[in-house]
Amino acid sequence: MWLIMTALAAVIATALWYVKGPEDKYKLGLLSLFLWGATLMWLVDHVMAYLTEGGEFLEISLDATLLGLAVIVLALFVWEIVLLISDPKGVLKKALKG
Amino acid sequence: MACFLVPMGEAVVTTVVQKVVKNRETKVGDGRAASTGLSWSRRLSWLNKMLWGGTALLALEHVWHGEVVPWPPFLTAMENPADIAPMLHEIATIGVAMAVTVTAAWGVMVLIAELKAKASMPRVKESPASRGV
Repeated sequence: MWLIMTALAAVIATALWYVKGPEDKYKLGLLSLFLWGATLMWLVDHVMAYLTEGGEFLEISLDATLLGLAVIVLALFVWEIVLLISDPKGVLKKALKG
Repeated sequence: MACFLVPMGEAVVTTVVQKVVKNRETKVGDGRAASTGLSWSRRLSWLNKMLWGGTALLALEHVWHGEVVPWPPFLTAMENPADIAPMLHEIATIGVAMAVTVTAAWGVMVLIAELKAKASMPRVKESPASRGV
């Protein structure tokens, strides 16, 4: 389930990056590459586990769904930290000044 | 069990390589980057972002499943000698396959970006702004 949820988040992030492009002011490129990296790795993990062990390709359960949500939250959290540090709109700078 | 360690190792290496390449480009001045906007340090940053992103999110999954813990030896498979061999096998197969797949995807991205940049170069030369200069 977390593979599908991460892939969906990656597709949405990439679409947003393209819509906002070519200027990557809000670092959506970083977020989409983060999510695509994880999606590719889990895809390999799922395919290899399916080929060697068999069983269900996707685990659909509440636990797997919660893990998918946790993964997306972590990706968004890392992206927001990077965004706040780079502060492209100068919001933090202005807030700290006055 | 610990398959994300291989992409993590690759990410450490490519991050160091990117820093070295960036320093070299800053010192020498990359004419190719100026014309196409694609320096090698920028291309390597795409790979770094995919590898670090994948590593971070997979690490969370491993913590979630109790395969990684915040205390030594960090990997629960290390606590039982019988689990060490399967863990090493997983690192050698799935971990390497993950790193190879992400690197291959990055290679395709670089190839497409390179072709796009080359295709747009003649148009830049023929643009009205550059005529008569």
